[in-house]
Amino acid sequence: MKLNARWTSYPYIVWMILFTVIPLFLIGYFAFTDASGDFTIANMEQAVKYIPALVKSVSLAAIATVLCLVLAYPFAFSMSRLSFERQKMMSMLIMLPMWMNFLLRTYAWQAILEDNGVINMLLNSVGLSSVKLINTSGAVVLGMVYNYIPFMILPLYSVMTKIDKSVLEAANDLGAGFFATLYRVILPLSMPGIVSGTTMVFVPAVSTFVISGMLGGVNNYLIGDLIETQFLGNSYDLNCGSATSLLLMIVVLITMAIFNHFSDEDAEEALV
Amino acid sequence: MDQNKKVFELKKIAKSFDGEQILKGIDLDIHEKEFVTLLGPSGCGKTTTLRIIGGFVTPDSGDVLFLGKRINDIPPYKRKVNTVFQKYALFPHLDVFENVAFGLRLVKTPEKEIVQRVREMLALVNLSGFESRRVDLLSGGQQQRVAIARALVNRPNVLLLDEPLGALDLKLRKEMQIELKRIQQSLGITFVYVTHDQEEALTMSDTVVVMNEGRIQQIGTPQDIYNEPANAFTASFIGESNIISGIMHRDRLVEFAGRNYECVDGGFAKDEPVDIVVRPEDVEIAPATSEFLCGTVKDVIFKGVHYEMHVACNDFMWRVQSTDFTPVGAEVGLRITPEDIHIMHRTTYGGEKG
Ligand SMILES: Nc1ncnc2c1ncn2[C@@H]1O[C@H](COP(=O)(O)OP(=O)(O)O)[C@@H](O)[C@H]1O
Ligand SMILES: [Mg+2]
Repeated sequence: MKLNARWTSYPYIVWMILFTVIPLFLIGYFAFTDASGDFTIANMEQAVKYIPALVKSVSLAAIATVLCLVLAYPFAFSMSRLSFERQKMMSMLIMLPMWMNFLLRTYAWQAILEDNGVINMLLNSVGLSSVKLINTSGAVVLGMVYNYIPFMILPLYSVMTKIDKSVLEAANDLGAGFFATLYRVILPLSMPGIVSGTTMVFVPAVSTFVISGMLGGVNNYLIGDLIETQFLGNSYDLNCGSATSLLLMIVVLITMAIFNHFSDEDAEEALV
Repeated sequence: MDQNKKVFELKKIAKSFDGEQILKGIDLDIHEKEFVTLLGPSGCGKTTTLRIIGGFVTPDSGDVLFLGKRINDIPPYKRKVNTVFQKYALFPHLDVFENVAFGLRLVKTPEKEIVQRVREMLALVNLSGFESRRVDLLSGGQQQRVAIARALVNRPNVLLLDEPLGALDLKLRKEMQIELKRIQQSLGITFVYVTHDQEEALTMSDTVVVMNEGRIQQIGTPQDIYNEPANAFTASFIGESNIISGIMHRDRLVEFAGRNYECVDGGFAKDEPVDIVVRPEDVEIAPATSEFLCGTVKDVIFKGVHYEMHVACNDFMWRVQSTDFTPVGAEVGLRITPEDIHIMHRTTYGGEKG
């Protein structure tokens, strides 16, 4: 039996058109029209005023992404060196929190970080004074790292399992100690995992509104929160919301392009 | 070969994995500029021995000496030893040039010297012009040679090779055997070579170390190993042999196959049970008279230079090689001269009798 490759791809094409291409066009359309459907750039002008929130979003997401990478990298590497059964068990454990609802997990953090939450209760019980945890940028970053770190670990782990033990031994044999092996062999070979892990953490983190809304308070109003209130909240404005979304999309694309450019350069540098 | 200068010494090395003892007391000296081959069946501990020399495995007991100094705890990257791994283990993200240059870059060699030495090495292994090729697109034989160049460019005291030709086809294998021997001689580096192929071991080595079940069975030149096997295992593993049990009545008189034979060995206990090894090419076809051991030819195969046949005498099947044709079913005598009877103390090894 011969399956026509063209035919089999149709469902995906239909899917893409329905759920990606058309919505994109709609956002573009709404962003450059006013309530009566006439062309205008007023929405974009309004969106540009939100740049401070955008900068804050990008900074917090970038910090969270770097933290995820730093924490996930050694973890994924040691995991990839375990026996097959242990590797399976570890990936299970990493996926386990994801079985629970995202909102619920973030509520849990709220309960832990609150002014009279779990941590402060513990501190008070040993005679220490309370610390401000909830409604800080730190709490937002913590929420991002906690929620998105599996998306960093899994792609890293998957490229690292493909690094053969004998290749590391060869580096060792040729005189490379731990750091030289890391820098000259493991890092360049795991670059694809770094790129996809970073993308998979940064993109949802930069547009989050749940985490910032629940853990960040009014001082950590991120671009995602703005977009949310414009579409669903009390400052309903479809056109302005679309313009803000468009702006965010452009910033994400530029950020990722810059990042990909540098990581490619890194990979090439490692060749020299 | 400088017989006096020992590069490596292994002293009573023992190693267990998962409670199973893999090496049971390895004693081995490796001399400067020597081509030493560890030969033995799969699973006998050759790779483990090599990895102990390279520093990838730490022995449970015993000592590893390098130029007289104990190096048990020195990690691989600090040893002046390089390895050609069984599966090559080339760096997939680097091209041929950078694979070979890897070791030189680590010690901050000047760029000009790197270029010169890498080029030299690639020329030595016949890979000039392959500098910018990706390693995963090379053939097995080419990858093999990159692995050799990558190791040799560092000018190690000792090169360790773990079945480096195992994945190559027969013709390429033969070529690479000659090539490796040439490289070893021209650079004057000590080679420790692992193989399970006895022919390869005999052609290339200065010294052959025969191993079985975690123990060294015999150490000697290829000629020694072939002509004077120390026990039934070596005899059966190296070349084809007739191994038959017998009784050493006294010095220079042995009984096997129901007859007494004059021989050249001595020093056994009176009437000690022994194993007797006779090479197929040393058995001569003679008339079927009472002067000789007699039997019936069961099969004959033409092997190019000679005929190989099996002759059944009582319950023992003799392997015989002869340049003269004898038909199947013929009654023949077997002439065995005293020098060709090798007598060995009985070991637990059963051999492939009959
Ligand atoms: N790291 C290890 N863990 C467990 N068993 C091992 C390990 N390395 C080798 N072995 C076992 O030791 C035995 C000898 O292995 P090896 O030295 O590779 O033999 P050879 O190279 O002669 O075929 C084998 O049975 C192998 O399974
Ligand atoms: Mg092996």
